[in-house]
Amino acid sequence: MMEVTKRRYVIPGDVITTGPLRPEQNVYQDGDRIISTSVGISEIYDNAVRVIPLSGMYIPKNNDLVIGKVIGHSSLSWEFEINSCFVGFLPAQDVFGRDYSPTKDELKARLDKGDLVVARIANFDRSRDPLLTIQDRDLGKIESGELIEIAPSKVPRLIGKRGSMIQTIELATKAMITIGQNGWVVVSCDDPVGLLKAIQAVKMVDAQAHTPNLTERVKSMLGVELGENNDTINE
Amino acid sequence: MNENGIRCDGRKIDQLRNISLKVGVLKNADGSAYIEFGKNKILAGIFGPRDVHPKHMADSDKGILRCRYHMSPFSVTERKNPAPSRREIEISKVIKEALQPAVILKDFPRTVVDVFIEVLQADGGSRCAALDAASIALADAGIPMRDMVSACAAGKVADQIVLDVNDEEDKEGQADMPVAYMPNLGKVTLMQLDGILTPSEYKKCLETAIGGCKQVYEIQRKALMEKYFENGSQ
Repeated sequence: MMEVTKRRYVIPGDVITTGPLRPEQNVYQDGDRIISTSVGISEIYDNAVRVIPLSGMYIPKNNDLVIGKVIGHSSLSWEFEINSCFVGFLPAQDVFGRDYSPTKDELKARLDKGDLVVARIANFDRSRDPLLTIQDRDLGKIESGELIEIAPSKVPRLIGKRGSMIQTIELATKAMITIGQNGWVVVSCDDPVGLLKAIQAVKMVDAQAHTPNLTERVKSMLGVELGENNDTINE
Repeated sequence: MNENGIRCDGRKIDQLRNISLKVGVLKNADGSAYIEFGKNKILAGIFGPRDVHPKHMADSDKGILRCRYHMSPFSVTERKNPAPSRREIEISKVIKEALQPAVILKDFPRTVVDVFIEVLQADGGSRCAALDAASIALADAGIPMRDMVSACAAGKVADQIVLDVNDEEDKEGQADMPVAYMPNLGKVTLMQLDGILTPSEYKKCLETAIGGCKQVYEIQRKALMEKYFENGSQ
C-alpha cells in the first residue's frame, strides 16, 4: 500500500506544495510550486502529487471499460455516446468479423439506436476519436437493467478499495452492477426491491463520495449488520 | 457626492459592495454560478467541452473558448434591445480574453467550452462581476484551470481613487478601471481604463483594484468550498 499523506481540499490555483515532487493528474508545475487545476482533494504519495477531481467530464483512456449508447451508424461503424466530449466509434468488423461486407450485413440488426453496450476503449489519442471494441469476455450489448448516471470522478469511490464498495452493494441486494469508467452504471436485479435499494446505494455514493466512513453508512442504509462480513468485504 | 470619505451608497472609499455567490444553480449546464455584486445580478453557465459547431472553428490541437455576454431587456431602467449591441460584443470578447490565460484546454482537442453570461440586473461593473461568476462556473464544470480569475474595478471619483465603482459613480466619476487578476499567480488578465489618470494615480488605482480582486477571490473560494466540501471544514 502506498503511503498517502496530507490530504487537502483544493480549488484551481491552490499551491499544494513546493519541492522536488512529481506532478501527476490535475496539477501543474510553476517553478518549484505544484498547483491544482481542479476542485478536488490533493494527495501526496511516493514523491508524486495529484488531485482527485470532484467535477469534470470523462476523458477516455486506453483500456477503460465504458458503457455506451448507440446514437447512429454509417455503413462501416457505429457511433456511441460515451458521456464524454468525444464520440466513440465501434467498427462493424469488430462485431461481424473480418469478412464483413456493407452490402451483405445489416448493422441495425445487431445494434440499433438507443442500445446500451459495455465496451472497452481500444485506442484513443488526441488526434482521433476513441475507438471501441466489444471483442472480449463480458463485453457486448446489455440486454436488461437500469441505467444510472453518476459523476465520472466518483467511479473509483463506487468501486471502492479492491472492489469493496461494489461488493457490499451487490451482496446486500443480489444485484448485478456494471460500472463504466465514464460514469454510467447499469444495475440489474431480478428482485425489484433489491434493484431499488441498489440504485439508491449507487446514488448515495455519488452524492457523498468525498465524505469519510461512507462504506459504513451505505451498509447501514442497505441493512447490512455493521461489523459482520467486515473482514471479507473490507479487504 | 461624498463628504468625509463616505460615498453615495454609504461605502468607504476602499470598500467593496456586498457580494454573494452561489455555485451550481443551473441543472442543465455543466457548470454554473450566480452572483449578486451590489445591485448586479448575473448568471453564468458553462457548456462543454463539447463538439464545435460550426466545424470550421474547431482547433485540431486544443479546445477553444467561446463567450457570450448578454444583458436582459429588463436589466436596465430603460428596456434594452435584446439583440447583441456593440458594447456586448466587445465585453464578450474581453471576458473571453480574460479567461483564456486561466483555462487549460490542451486535453480537449476539437472541442469548445461555451461560457454564457446573462445579466439580469445591471449596476455598473457588470463585466467584473460576470468574470467572477464565469470563473467559478468554469471550476464547477471541471475545466482545468491554472488559477481562478477574480475581477474588480477601481476608479477616480471626486478626485479620489475609490474601489469598486458603481453605476452612479461610473457616470459622474473621472475614471473607471476594471481589472481581472489571477491571485495565486499574481498576473493581470484584464486591464481597461476609461478616463484620465496621472501616472501616480494610475499606479494607485491598479493597486486598489488588485486589492479588491484579492477580496473577491476569498468570496469565490468560500462559495466553491461550500458547494463541494460543505463549508470547507477540514
